[in-house]
Amino acid sequence: MTTPTNLKYSKTHEWVKIEGTDATVGITQHAQEALGDITFVDFPKTGTNVKKEGSAGVIESVKAASDIYSPLAGKVAEINEGLETAPESINSDPYGSGWIFKLTNINAAEAAGLMDAAAYDAFVESGK
Amino acid sequence: MQIIFEKSVPERHGVSLPCSDVPARHTVAEKYRRKTDAALCELSELDVVRHFTALSRRNYGVDTNFYPLGSCTMKYNPKITEKIAGLTGFSALHPLLPQLRRGGMLTQGALAVLYELEQLLCEILGMDAFTVHPLAGAHGELTGMMLIAAYHRDKGNRKTEILIPDEAHGTNPSSAAIAGFSVRSVPTDPDTGVLDTNTLEAMIGEQTAGIMMTNPNTLGLFNPQIARIAELAHRYDAQLYYDGANLNAILGKFRPGDADFDIVHVNLHKTFATPHGGGGPGAGPVGVRKHLEPFLPVSRITKRTDNTYALNYDFPKSIGYIAPFYGNFAVCLKAYAYILMLGGKGLIEASENAVLNANYVMHSLKNDYHIPYLKTCMHECVVSAKNQMKHGIHAIDIAKALIDRGFHPPTVYFPLIIKETMMIEPTETESKETLDAFIIAMKEIAAAAKETPDALHAAPQTTPVGRLDETKAAKDMDVNFTG
Repeated sequence: MTTPTNLKYSKTHEWVKIEGTDATVGITQHAQEALGDITFVDFPKTGTNVKKEGSAGVIESVKAASDIYSPLAGKVAEINEGLETAPESINSDPYGSGWIFKLTNINAAEAAGLMDAAAYDAFVESGK
Repeated sequence: MQIIFEKSVPERHGVSLPCSDVPARHTVAEKYRRKTDAALCELSELDVVRHFTALSRRNYGVDTNFYPLGSCTMKYNPKITEKIAGLTGFSALHPLLPQLRRGGMLTQGALAVLYELEQLLCEILGMDAFTVHPLAGAHGELTGMMLIAAYHRDKGNRKTEILIPDEAHGTNPSSAAIAGFSVRSVPTDPDTGVLDTNTLEAMIGEQTAGIMMTNPNTLGLFNPQIARIAELAHRYDAQLYYDGANLNAILGKFRPGDADFDIVHVNLHKTFATPHGGGGPGAGPVGVRKHLEPFLPVSRITKRTDNTYALNYDFPKSIGYIAPFYGNFAVCLKAYAYILMLGGKGLIEASENAVLNANYVMHSLKNDYHIPYLKTCMHECVVSAKNQMKHGIHAIDIAKALIDRGFHPPTVYFPLIIKETMMIEPTETESKETLDAFIIAMKEIAAAAKETPDALHAAPQTTPVGRLDETKAAKDMDVNFTG
């Protein structure tokens, strides 16, 4: 699977799609592969404010439970309720139906510190 | 295999009671009496014996074969300690006895065991005082975190945060969180495989209540910068916690107290050879330096001037009770017997052989598996299935294939910071023959990964049930038997 070029990426393997002051967040193909079969998503509460790089929920897989870190600061506007019954969407379609939450009131300038697809691919390749 | 309830046959009995020759009389009021019979299975004594014998033959333990479950120290548990724990003078004691009038004098032997075990642990870990109350390792961690909270509260410190390396056992952040702290994860230096002091220095501050360290860490590597870490912690009055999960690597070589650790917990059921892993219970005694002693849980055992022992509850700053009575007494007794049996020299040799065995396994596998940190390891080694992934084989497939070859798998997918991890801890009690048989099995599996990967995907095939659907088990857990 190629890494979508219209998204930005964090070192903790989340992707973010920025549209004005709104953003959609999910985890990357690499992250879902490392986690293995995903069994449960603990979402951030809608209406709460999350910090950049702050914990915004937990993903549980057959191997481990891992924190989701928000790539940007903002207010949680919506969560992907479809994942409650079908968390495996994150495995099958991490950049599409496997999105996790949407943020509003973001500051797009904060995205400057995130990686583009090429930089993220190189980051994953380096194994860090 | 049917469960015992499925084998039930109406009206079948295990015992035949003679008919009562006195009139029946109920002493329980009508309203408390059940209206229907209890849903117990109805079987003969022989049915029950065969059922449980069949189950026991499907069990796998350290008495069956090699059990290299990393981080768990599945060493052999000498049977003599079972015999000692079974002595009536210990096994028939009621735990309330020492709290009754004159009961203390009837339980001097048991109190002496606990007191002396505390003294021995103080010597082995280099600490000033111990409590043997915590009932497991994680319970020890929680006790330790409560001690840190009590210490800072007493000093009027406002501290909120515990720093924990990202390779730590998952119980560490859980214990800190349950004690009310927020947890920050400190990344491991990918080059050295241990916590980097510069990273730590950037994260530590006035808000830091403590640091939880496992040393050697879960990659089986000893952190050589521990003196600097202790210095950094104490600069901010943060308490340095030693998770004793990996103590089996360093008995008699390194004492956490000498390296300025403030609190330790030890897992008696790992390092000191008491049964665990379904056969528990465990015990996680906690040791502290002098400044934390007033906060230890009650009761504590004190030695009077006439050399008798008494329970003492008069510690106003104590965090209180953390367990019923005095911890898992029989576990403490077995560990005490084990320590005395090995003696100081024996414990040192145990650690030396544990480290030797882990290095022997790691170096024997280096041509077949990726070794993320190929340097001298401590009592366990981390091996990765990264090279096998190109054949579609993952750590889980190797683990299942080991079952078919008669071995318990190593710990897989932990620590989380290494891809496709297998964490192998042979312990000192395994012979070279056993280690060689395991190494041969691992090499065979590495060869099969290249040549016949499908066979590995089908493993295990020698077990009563084959590959379980772990995703389904996690998602749709159903543990009720509904007939």
